[in-house]
Amino acid sequence: MNSKPAKLSKRSRRISTTLVAGAGVLGVVALSGCAAETGKTGGSDEVTITVPSWVGAQANAEVAKVILEDELDVKKVTLKTMDEPIAWDALNNGKADAILEDWDGQPEKQKLYLDQKKSVVKGGDLGVTGHIGWFIPKYYADAHPEATTVEGLNKLAKDFKSSESGDKGEFLGAAPSYTTYDEWLIKNNKLDFKIKETGNEAAQIKEIQQKYKNKKPFVTYWWDPQWLNSDVELVEVKLPEFKEGCNEPKEKTECGYAKTPLQKYFNKDFAKDGGEAAEFLKNFKWTTEQQNEVAKWIAKDKMSGEDAAKKWVKENKDVWEAWLPKK
Amino acid sequence: MSAAPTTPVLDKADVPEKSPAVPQAPGTLARLVANPKVLLLIAAVLLAVVSAAVTGSGVWPGDLTFDLRAPLTDFNEWLVQNRDTHWIFLYFLLHISNSAEASVDAVGSLLTSLGFIGVTVLAVLLAWYAGGAGLRGRALRTAGTALVTFLVIGLLGMWEPAMETLALMVVCVVASAVVGFVLGLLAGLSDRGERFLRPVFDTMQVLPAFAYLLPLVLFFDVGVPAAFTATVIYSAPPMARLTSLGLRGGDAAALEASRSLGATSWQQLLTARIPLARKQMFLGLNQTIMMCLSMAVLASMIGAPGLGEEIFRALSILDIGQSLGAGIAIVLIAVWFDRTTAAAGDRLDDPDARRGRGATWIQGGVVVVGTAVAAVIGSAIGRVEWPDNWVVSISEPVNTVTTWIEDELGSGVPVIGGTLTLASGFSNYVLNPMRDALQATPWWAILVLGGVLAYLAGRWRAALTTVLALGLIGGMGLWTRSMDTLSQVLAGLLLTLVLGFAIGILAARVDWLDRVIRPVLDTMQTLPAFIYLIPMVALFMGGRFAGVAAAVIYALPAVVRITNQGIRDINPAALEAARSLGATTGQQLRQVQIPLARKALQLAVNQGVVLVLSMVVIAGMIGGGALGVDVVKGLAKGDLGLGMTAGVAIVCLGILLDRISQPGADIKKDHPLVKKGFQF
Repeated sequence: MNSKPAKLSKRSRRISTTLVAGAGVLGVVALSGCAAETGKTGGSDEVTITVPSWVGAQANAEVAKVILEDELDVKKVTLKTMDEPIAWDALNNGKADAILEDWDGQPEKQKLYLDQKKSVVKGGDLGVTGHIGWFIPKYYADAHPEATTVEGLNKLAKDFKSSESGDKGEFLGAAPSYTTYDEWLIKNNKLDFKIKETGNEAAQIKEIQQKYKNKKPFVTYWWDPQWLNSDVELVEVKLPEFKEGCNEPKEKTECGYAKTPLQKYFNKDFAKDGGEAAEFLKNFKWTTEQQNEVAKWIAKDKMSGEDAAKKWVKENKDVWEAWLPKK
Repeated sequence: MSAAPTTPVLDKADVPEKSPAVPQAPGTLARLVANPKVLLLIAAVLLAVVSAAVTGSGVWPGDLTFDLRAPLTDFNEWLVQNRDTHWIFLYFLLHISNSAEASVDAVGSLLTSLGFIGVTVLAVLLAWYAGGAGLRGRALRTAGTALVTFLVIGLLGMWEPAMETLALMVVCVVASAVVGFVLGLLAGLSDRGERFLRPVFDTMQVLPAFAYLLPLVLFFDVGVPAAFTATVIYSAPPMARLTSLGLRGGDAAALEASRSLGATSWQQLLTARIPLARKQMFLGLNQTIMMCLSMAVLASMIGAPGLGEEIFRALSILDIGQSLGAGIAIVLIAVWFDRTTAAAGDRLDDPDARRGRGATWIQGGVVVVGTAVAAVIGSAIGRVEWPDNWVVSISEPVNTVTTWIEDELGSGVPVIGGTLTLASGFSNYVLNPMRDALQATPWWAILVLGGVLAYLAGRWRAALTTVLALGLIGGMGLWTRSMDTLSQVLAGLLLTLVLGFAIGILAARVDWLDRVIRPVLDTMQTLPAFIYLIPMVALFMGGRFAGVAAAVIYALPAVVRITNQGIRDINPAALEAARSLGATTGQQLRQVQIPLARKALQLAVNQGVVLVLSMVVIAGMIGGGALGVDVVKGLAKGDLGLGMTAGVAIVCLGILLDRISQPGADIKKDHPLVKKGFQF
């Protein structure tokens, strides 16, 4: 097995030369062949909606899917799980038709696709206002009122120490794909905290639930709307106020997060030729409470997305009938 | 203090240096000191320890870094702008992605149209055919495996994603086999090809699968084409390597005979060399298939559909029950593939199987006709999709068990404390001190230490590679994060080696234990890395220790197997001699068996370190932090500057760990002990 390779004959060298030449020819053929097709063209009887990994956004998509399929004549609605940045790419190249909940976390892609290439168009408000911030549990804020300011929190950093954060305070970080400036906020405000990467939203929720149950102190990246907010009482830490442009470039961020009216976005062709489906999705607009209701059924009661959406659709006919295109 | 954790690791590495000098013992210390290699090592360690104690902080200096991120981000932007218009896409890359997508779609719709009855019958008949057909035991056993595999997949409600995975797999396996075969021919027939390709294959074997994902997203965007390309690149090398090995190892007499009969070079190749290499090529194909499965599952991170996506999604909502179903399906598919190809490969040796061509044709006919009939029957009775009411949900009971584990075993268990207590204890007392020590040691001392270790293992070339790899890590500004990852790898390696050597040595001495663990190891080695994350989340709630634990379990089978085999392979005469001289069992082990099995143990270390690294970075998905999470973030956010640099740093770590631990060139990767599946 490890013997020295035998000296090769001229013949086998000829074979290898032929092989190399063959491979080269193939390569050239592939190169000079006709131009490849790009992208796909979407029809209105099939709709693809992107679904980011948080449950609230899944609720939007599942409800939209049920109504599109059962009430409008859309043959197939595909829900594609993809994170925000990839969803923007997919809208650009037509692999997906709609984003239903965008948190404004992709300024570069917006500039590129919305303003420059004009391949993505706005789809209006979702009706829900999103807010990101740093949150601590109420029982801790009651015991240490000063913890609701950044300076006060920093002085109490020791309370948040854990095996992961060493001698600094532990900060429960966002899932990898979520919009966050925490790394720079901590650095630029010289805070004595270290981010614990929780890996995904579910892990973060689990960690919060565990700590909340045992009344342990914690500080976390958190947001609203989020179904868990009805189960746990959290208090926001006052970060320096958000002003337009204060998080650009992101490395210089010292301010907190804006209140973001969540947006819908469509692929340009879908918006134009999508017919009733596109019109319905443009009209789709609901409240934080409505979204949370469905989200909680999915995440806490472990209902399948489809079942939860069907249940909501059955119980809220008056709400969604207003979204249907006028005939 | 701070440098303490470095020492045990060094002990591991320098055992091989000590032992050759002392096969049977006495006066060790004096001889050790006289050995220049050991002196060199001691000097390097001292340097690291002292400098760490003196300076207390060893971060790579800021002015020695260069910015790779900005150009990468620019490049990414350029790609986005030009992906539909530039000639390299229009005339080359898009052809690849379109044909990949079209073929996967075609296979997928073929599987759909066969229906679940047709697919099951096809799988069973193929397994039966590979097992030698007829009514012999082997044929029936492999056929049985296939039947169970597909029935259970259906019952678990995983039929549809399993078919998506299979469709992707089929296309990837064919492409990898062809690419691997052609490269193998090149390396097997041309010395220059061999010289050029061999180091490439060697390096590819130590790269963690994770590192393949990002650059492909760059060119192919997320989706099937990127997954396809990543899978082919990942899994073609074993086929190429073993093809080349088979061609070069062909029986000289047979080749000479063929030549003297006046065969042309092409005739020789087709009638003598390739047939003689058939057995090796089958082994290569088997490995390629297993690696394809592993990668096709992992590639769900870049948009591959199927079972991997199920696991990925379930992991992100921590639905252990749901991910377990997909996990079992993958395990079964792996076992089915493995048994079927292994049976086909073994049959090449079996003189019984070489009957007339006629019989083979008839058997082939049976496969085709049987499948067609089954498919027709399936559609006739209106059963094409797996019926919904035949699905047994395991998700709920599993989640109940998981919750119970979390509630009851998490903490407060007498004596051992509980899994969560264990996890935080391990972080506090092992991972943190190790990380602190690595980060406190000045960068130049680590450079020197790494260089010395690599020099001792593989001379100047290895030393140079190691220092360059470390330099690149530092230069990219990822020193601190890489040391974090490194501390996890070292902790994992330590655990793996302690457990692996213990189990391996025990299994080498106790025959029944060997018989019991062998099938377990076989199965474990065919499992894709992804699977191991699932139970760890349930037990340890994610985090660094969960990642390290997954890595240990992932790497353990290879280490146990190599240790066991290495100790069993030593010359029985040596052992007999020791025994007749009255050595106790412990003495036999320490002074005869372990020293004689040194090479195998070194190989075990090398395999262990590569496997641990590849798993530790994947654990970024469950909160492992450091470089792994950077890659995940890069993928999730489309931030290629972040993801790519972290990926490159992982590759650098892989290469340097391999160079430091490589067991002398003579027994490297083609050693028969490196037998199965994923251990590259």
